[in-house]
Formats: sequence, C-alpha cells, structure tokens
Amino acid sequence: MPGTEHILSILLLLPVVGAAFLALLPNPADKVLKIGTLAITLLTFLVSLLLLPGFEAASAEMQFVEKLPWISAGNFLINYHVGIDGISLWLVILTTLLMPLSVMGSWSIDRNLKSYMVLMLLLEAGMIGVFISLDLVLFYFFWEAMLIPMYFLIGIWGGKRRIYAAVKFFIYTAFGSLIMLAALIALWSYNSMESFDLVQIAGRLAAGDIMLPPMAEFLMFAAFFLAFAIKVPLFPFHTWLPDAHVEAPTAGSVILAGVLLKMGTYGLLRFCLPLFPNASVKLAPLVCLLAIIGIIYGALVAMVQPDVKKLVAYSSVSHLGFVVLGIFSFTFNGLQGATYQMLNHGVSTGALFLLVGILYERRHTRLISEFGGVAHKMPVYSAFFMVILLSSIGLPGLNGFIGEFLILLGTFTVKPYYAVAAASGVILAAVYMLWMYQRVFLGEIDREENNSLQDLNRREIATILPLILLALWMGVSPGGFLRKMDASLQKSLERVEEVRNSRVYMVEDNFFNSDRL
Amino acid sequence: MLENFSLLLVFPLLGAAINGILGRRLPARLISFVGCGSVFLSFSVAAISFLQLLQLPSEKRVVVQEVFTWLESGDFIARASFLFDPLSAVMILTVTGVSFLIHVYSVEYMKGDPGYYRYFSYLNLFVFMMSVLVLADNFLLMFIGWEGVGLCSYLLIGYYFETRIAGDAAKKAFIVNRIGDFGFLLAVFLIFTTFGTVDFLRVSELAARNFPSAEAGFGVLGIISLLLFLGATGKSAQIPLYVWLPDAMAGPTPVSALIHAATMVTAGVYMIARSSAVYSRSPDAMLVVASVGVATALVAALIAISQRDIKKVLAYSTVSQLGYMFLAVGVGAFSAGVFHLFTHAFFKALLFLGSGSVILALHHEQDMFRMGGLRKYMPFTWGTMGVATLAIAGIPPFAGFFSKDEILWKSLTGSGGYPILWIIGVFVAGLTAFYMARMMFLTFHGQERFSRKSSDETGHDSGHHEPHEPTLFIKVPLGLLALLSAAAGLLGLPAWLGDNYFEEFLHPSFVHVMSSGGHHASHALEIGLTVLIVALVIISIRIAWYFYLNNPSAKEKLAQVLSPANNVLYNKFYVDEIYNMLIIQPIHWISSRVLWRFTDDAIIDGAVNGTARMMKSFSGQARRIQDGYLRRYVTWIITGVVLVFLYILFVS
Repeated sequence: MPGTEHILSILLLLPVVGAAFLALLPNPADKVLKIGTLAITLLTFLVSLLLLPGFEAASAEMQFVEKLPWISAGNFLINYHVGIDGISLWLVILTTLLMPLSVMGSWSIDRNLKSYMVLMLLLEAGMIGVFISLDLVLFYFFWEAMLIPMYFLIGIWGGKRRIYAAVKFFIYTAFGSLIMLAALIALWSYNSMESFDLVQIAGRLAAGDIMLPPMAEFLMFAAFFLAFAIKVPLFPFHTWLPDAHVEAPTAGSVILAGVLLKMGTYGLLRFCLPLFPNASVKLAPLVCLLAIIGIIYGALVAMVQPDVKKLVAYSSVSHLGFVVLGIFSFTFNGLQGATYQMLNHGVSTGALFLLVGILYERRHTRLISEFGGVAHKMPVYSAFFMVILLSSIGLPGLNGFIGEFLILLGTFTVKPYYAVAAASGVILAAVYMLWMYQRVFLGEIDREENNSLQDLNRREIATILPLILLALWMGVSPGGFLRKMDASLQKSLERVEEVRNSRVYMVEDNFFNSDRL
Repeated sequence: MLENFSLLLVFPLLGAAINGILGRRLPARLISFVGCGSVFLSFSVAAISFLQLLQLPSEKRVVVQEVFTWLESGDFIARASFLFDPLSAVMILTVTGVSFLIHVYSVEYMKGDPGYYRYFSYLNLFVFMMSVLVLADNFLLMFIGWEGVGLCSYLLIGYYFETRIAGDAAKKAFIVNRIGDFGFLLAVFLIFTTFGTVDFLRVSELAARNFPSAEAGFGVLGIISLLLFLGATGKSAQIPLYVWLPDAMAGPTPVSALIHAATMVTAGVYMIARSSAVYSRSPDAMLVVASVGVATALVAALIAISQRDIKKVLAYSTVSQLGYMFLAVGVGAFSAGVFHLFTHAFFKALLFLGSGSVILALHHEQDMFRMGGLRKYMPFTWGTMGVATLAIAGIPPFAGFFSKDEILWKSLTGSGGYPILWIIGVFVAGLTAFYMARMMFLTFHGQERFSRKSSDETGHDSGHHEPHEPTLFIKVPLGLLALLSAAAGLLGLPAWLGDNYFEEFLHPSFVHVMSSGGHHASHALEIGLTVLIVALVIISIRIAWYFYLNNPSAKEKLAQVLSPANNVLYNKFYVDEIYNMLIIQPIHWISSRVLWRFTDDAIIDGAVNGTARMMKSFSGQARRIQDGYLRRYVTWIITGVVLVFLYILFVS
C-alpha cells in the first residue's frame, strides 16, 4: 500500500505529538482533555489498522521497515531501526486498541487530569516503541521509558498503598532491565563492537559469523530471561503484580495486564529464542516447570483472594504461564497458541479490569464480600461480565480456548506430562472465576448499598462491547489472525529447531535433554 | 435438504440471539413464538433430512457438510463441518423433537416468570449447542458443543439465581463437568498425535486400518478411551463425577427434563458410540466402561429408593439409566446403548414433565410424602406418567422393556459380557421397578397428604385450591411423549420376536467396530431370561404396592429395622461430604495458607522486602563512617596508612 512507508514512525509520534499538544493547552476543560485524548488514541488505532492491508502474510521478514543511523562514531552504530513482523503486528494493534478503551475507562479521573492524559499518551508511545524496535538500544530505551509514566500513573492516581506498589513495580522491573542492559552490551561486544542492530546480530549468529561461547550465551540468556520473566511475570517473580494491579487506577491495570505483561513474553520470543537458541533449549525444562507452577499456583491463589481485582491479577499469572509454556514447547502449535494467547489475554483481562473498575466506581470497594445479587440490579453488566469470564476461562467458541488449546496441543506433542499438568489449570480457572461470579452476582442483595447500583451507561457499554465482539470473533474465526503469524513464527522456530536437531546437542547433553522430560 | 442439513443449526442460534438481546422489550407471546418456532424449524429440517437419508442405499448414508475452516495451525486442522449419518440422525431427531415438545411445555410452565425471555434464550442456545455436539464431524468441534451445553446447563440450573441452592448447584455442575472435560481435551491431543487428525470418520478408518487386532492392557487406544470416558463420566453423571446431577434439579423442571434427562446427559454415551472404532479395540477400557456403568446404575438406584423429593428420585433414576447405557456400550453393544438412550429420552422426559405438572398443581411442592391421591384430580397426568413408569420399569410392550432387555442380554452374551454384569443389571431392573412404583403410589395413590392452604408464589390467594390438570400446552407434550414411550420400543425387537430396525439402521455408523463375536446362546435361553426379568419387575412393583399402599405400617417397621442403611441411602452415601472433606477443603486451605500467605507473602515478598531492609540498615551503618568529625577522619587515615605500611613490610 502506498503511503505506508513511514507508518510506524507516525504511530510512534502521534501520541507524543498529542501529548505535547495537550500539555501546551492552557487550563483546558476536563471534557476537552478527555475527548482530545480519546480522539488521539482513536486516530492512532485507525492508523494502526492500515498496517493490515499492507502486511505480507507470506513473508517472514520485517515489514514497514525504517532504518536511520541514530548515534554513530566510527564502527559504533545505534540505529533508529523499526519494523514489524507477524508477531509484533498484532501486539501493536492490541496496544492501540486498548488505549482508547482505557481512556474511556478513565472518565471518572478528577485529579490532575491533564498530567494523567499526557502520561497515558506517552505510555502509548513507549509501548508501541517496544514492539517495533529492531535495535537493541532503541528497544532498551522504550522499555525503560515506558516505566516512567506507569510509575506515576500508579503512584499518583492509585489506591491507598500506591507508593509501595509503584516503587515495588519500578524496582522489580528496573532490576531486571539493568541486568539485561549488561547482557545487551556484552552482545554488542561479540558483534565486533559494531552495531546493536537486532536483525544484523541475529543474522550473523544464524550464519555462524558470530560464535558465542556456551558460558557467555548462557549468561546473556539468563540476563535477558530474568528481565522478561519479571515482566511476564513468571513464578516466583510475580509478587509485584498483584500489588501493582490492586493499587493502579483502572486504565493502569488494563494497560499493565493488556500490554505490559506481553512485553515479557514478546521479549522471550523476539530475543531469547533467536539470539540464544542453545541456552533456550537447554533451560527449557526448567522454564516450562516454572510456567506450569505459575499456571497452577496463580489459579490456586486467585481462588482465595478476597478482592476481585487481586483475583484477576493472580489469574494473569496463571494465564501468562500458559504463554511461556507454549513458547518453550518449541513447537509451531505451541508458539502460535502462545502468541494468540497474548492477544486473548489482552482482550479478556483488559475487559475484566475495565469491568471491575466500573463496579469500583459505583461502590468504592472491590471486596467480594461486599457484593452479592448484583445481577438483579445490573443485568447488562452481569451478562457482559459472564461473556468475558467465559472467554477468560477458555470456553470453546470464544478466543481464550484457541490459545490454550494450541499451547497445550503443542506441548502435548513433545512433553505429554507437562500438558497434563498444565491442563489442570483449565479446571481451576473455572473454579476461581465461577465462585467469584456466584458471590458477586448471584443470590439475594443483602447489602443496602447495592440496592442503588446502576446498570451500565452508554459510554460503559461502548467501552466493553468491542472487546466482547472481538472475543467472539477471535474464537469463531481465528484464521485471519493466525495466518498473518505463520511465517514469522516459523522463522522464530528455525534456530531452535536447528539446535534441537543437531547431533552434537543430542549426544553431548544428557542431563538437560528436554526430550526426556 | 439433506445436503444443507446444517441449516438446522441456524434457527435456534438466531432464536437465542433475538430473545437474548431484544427479549426484555418483547411481549411474552412473541418470545414463546420465537423460542418454539426456531426449534420446530430445526426439527423439520432434521426430519426431512432424515427421510432423504432413508432414500439412500445404506452404505451411502453419510453426508458431510463443510461450512468453514475453524482452526488451522501447522498440521492441525479442525473444520466447522458437520456429519449426518444414521447415528447423528437418530440423535438429532431425538434432540430437536423432544426439545420442541419441552419448549411448548415451557410456554405454560414458565408463564409470568420475570426472566421469561432469558429462559427461552438459554433454552434455544442449548438446542444450538446440543446440535453442534451431535452433528460435529470431529472431536474438537464436538468439544465446542460439549462445553457449550455445559454452559447452558450452568445458566439454566442457576436460573433462579436469587437462591443459594441454585447458584451452588450451577457452579458445581460446571466445575465437575470441567474435570471431565479435562479428560476429553487430553484425549483430543492423544487422538491427534496418534492419528494425525481429529475427524471422526478418518479416526475410525485409521483405527481399523492401523490396529487390526485388539489391544492387550492399556495401550494408546485404551488411554484415549479412558480419557474420553472421563469426559463422559462428567457429562453423563457417572461414578465418580455423578454428584452434580441430583443438585442440578434446582433448575426449572422442563430444564431438568430436557437437559438433565433426555438430551445433554446422554452425550457421553453418544460420544462413545461415535468413537466405537477406538473403544472396541481396547477390551480392557471397555470393561472399565461397563463396570463403572453397572456400578453407577446400582448405586444410583439404591439412592433413588430412599429419596423424598420427586425430582431427586427422577434424577437418580436418570443416573442409574445412564449407567445402563454405559453398560451397553461397555460390552460392545453400541446400538443397544443408543437404543436405550433413544427410548429413555421419551419416558424420562415424560416423567419429568409429568412431575412438573404435579409440582405446578401443588404450588411448587416436591416432597412426595406431601402428595398422594392425586390421580382423582389429575387423571391425564397420572395416565401419561403411568405409561412412562411402565416403560422405565420394563413392562412389555412399552419402550423401555425392549431397550433394557437388549442391554441385559448383551451384558451376558456380548463380546465384553460377563455373568456378574448381568446379575447386577437384573437386580437394578428390580430396584428400578420398585422406586418407580413407589414414586407413583406416593404421588397419585393413597391418602391425600398435600396442603390445600398453600397460596401460589406471588402470595396472592388464587381462589381454588384443588389441584387441577394443566392446560393444553402441557397436556399435548405429555400425550405425545406417552405415545412414544409406549411404542418406540417396537423399532428394536429382539431376534426371537422380529426385526431390529433400529440396529439395522445404525449399522453403517458402526462398520469400523471390531466385533469379537461374543458368546452364542439360544433363543430359548433369551426368552427364558426375559420372562424371569419381567417376573422380577412385577414382583418388585408388588412389593412397593405392599409397603406404600396396602400396608404402610409394615413400611414403618421395616424402616425402623433398616434405619442406619436408610440414613446412608437418604444421605447419598455421604459422597458430597467426603469430596468436600478430602478434596475441596484441603485445596482451599493450601491455597490460602501455604501458597498465598506463606509462599507469596512471607517467603517471596519477605525476601524482597528483607533485601530492601538490609540495604537500608547497611546504608544506615555505613553512613556513620562519614559523621563529620575531623578527628575520626584522621583516625581512619592513620589506620589506613598503618595497614598499607604493614602490608608492604610483611607481604612484599
């Protein structure tokens, strides 16, 4: 499609320009700020949709590429190098979709609205940047830059323990990131201290032009992995998440769950697999084990939470465990399921946080015990909640099932017992969700405060309905989404499969041999 | 019509959408019209397609209609494509036919309910999901229907969601079913890795081709069979997962009739019949199926004897009859299992609908010990339920006689038959006759024990308190089902009496079944055993008559003697309590105390925050070094100089 050469840069700049524009308005009315931000995010979303017709599904190469030298000194080179493939394409669109919905879910913000909206827009730019960066330093820049607006969103507009949660979120993530930075520089040094270009480095590694000593590869993998595992979050690095979610404002939670967590799994897929295939394969059994523990652990702990939001937060630990398991199954089905599940989780958990926020705005509590019989007063809300709940627990016909099914299928073909263990998470999901639903929505209304609950208004319906329709669409007709990923996922698998098929690996290694487990 | 039979799926889905989205603003009349009309259209399409299927020569009676490719990833493909063959034809006719009658019945039964639109929307959605389950041409698509009917069951059990019981029962049904679905899902994976496809027809062919002889022990086919069977024990309420079905009676009675008796709960039997090519190659798995089936039949029949709630009796009776069906497929008599499924759909639906008519007449009284003598007031209900009782008890020539007789005969002589299976099966037949007769006598005969003072739900006094017959909306479905309960058995006569059209018709669906013959036995033996069973049934009814009508005081005495046993039965062997104590409570405790409070809060966060605290206290200590006192700085400098001096002096 003509005119899309700079579309990624436009996507990146739109929210920044919007933010600058809002920031420069002298004393804008709240309404102007809200509508303005909504318009900017909607526009960004529409522009991101233009990626779809121009995207070549058959190609595994990066598309819509832009590459300019950013900092260069002799051989030393940092590029402004952006581009997307079938994996990042959908994550970018997920991001731009969730933004306007999050803005609509922020209607009740009344403190420092201007700063809030500006930070939201900067956050969006940061997230898009992470998904489109093809230069390690550029990636790192966005990865860190994104932390700042989120830190403030939680720390300023959060709940009672917001400072604790914001600091915990920041330190956990920054800790991982700094170690990744060290690995990133090490990787650059192996690249003859030339560039940080991901495509170039990956190409040289694949061609054998760069040989990483096993120990170095292992250490770099560990560093990248730690940063991503914290972000995912993988058990046992997950405890920042429930705190951050509970304290974050609704939009913060939506973005945190919907987009930020995906950066961890995206990172595993984009960096760990192609750059460090040997280490990935060797450590896969351990990673899968952590993923499975996360699936079951997250579900069990979700079950006993007294706070709806914390319940949803722990359910994310469980769901993201599935994604990691799919990636480290190193099967095509598993990878595809994992990528699909990233999108599903964004849709359904994003919607869940929006829904929880709606209830919170009405009652200023999220304790399950404060509710009961809500379905009498809010039938539409209850029906919406039910659909999203079903999507979240993987009811076939809705989106979540496709992802979980493919992940488990892929895992089963290589490690049946892993799949069996992970599949038990599907049972537990029904337990914690339905039990919560029963206590909140069913039964008689036994608290006076709940008698005055109002059902959804039009704005709220408009916020949730798109996600419900998407959940249905993605469940019934996943083909359109999956086909665009095929080639890129196949390529991501290539290096790993080379390693797995190589005799050296099979003979040399008998302890970590992932096929045995 | 035959080539476009999938059209029948569209109507109920559309009906569910219309009533679900717009229903709150529509008049009740229109809601009922949409609800019933859509199912009638489905039934019509099914019936026409069936007639057209009959025109084809029997080996060509397989029609596949592909609608679109649903899920394709790598080598894995699951299409949204549907299969119309004798097995699915019988099933879809039963499902849509009975569904239509129950929809009509519901028009009257649910009249005036505030959630009328919601009810019909769910019910239509159920018909859609059940049709997907039945018509699916592959395991994964079937799984959509499989979990979809589970969802509808959840929604309808919890229909009266203001009550605690309904909410609990709905949740329990969903979760217990999910445990079964876990098995189903794993089976799909194993089927795919074994056969490279999940299409029913391909899997059957490949099973026949690649596994020419039966498996000894539990090989891959045995494991597939057991995993699928785990799914079946959930959906079809068999040991150990049957516990949800009795509780499911919290839903409206027509729902119990449709979902929890006639159609959904038989899905497990249907699914095993669909996978017969796989099952028949694993005799050991078959034996498990047959044993679990007969054990469930026995346990549930025993519990049914002691229940007071009329719907609970029928619920346990359903569990027990489903056990028979699993006994049948477990001994390799797939056609007999499906035949019993078919006849059971009529008489059990009729029993539930009849009980609904009674419950309605008595203003939602369900305790049989507060009924009695209703025959005088409700002769039509009595008559139709009587037919159903005779059918389920197995009195010739009613439908249940033929289907149950075939199962018992096959449990003795079928390829997987054993005398012990037969003996238990016959004993259960006696129990069945007993508890059904007990139900009829307590409800319709003897003293009138019901309260005439009750006013209806809304609290206003409705004037006349005599129980009375329902309107035509209820009578017509009862009448039609009574006809079917009386006559449907004639389709499958035993060999000594005539032709088994049913088995003959189903045969093309079972061509890949591995038949290992079974034991040969004479007609004379078969007739002799049948006479014996019928005699036992009549004696059982006579005993029930003696205890519950003729001589109630004898029952009291007996009840006193047997009171411990009776308690155990009335409390359903305390299975729910045992599950609660051994599974639910420990999981809850571990999750809350060990995982959340201990691991997350104390260990992980403790370590993280502990590190932070350590840093802080370390920094606090380190800060003291720079306290601003010049003399202390001088001390540090001198100490340093001395240390360096000593180092140079001694080490170098």
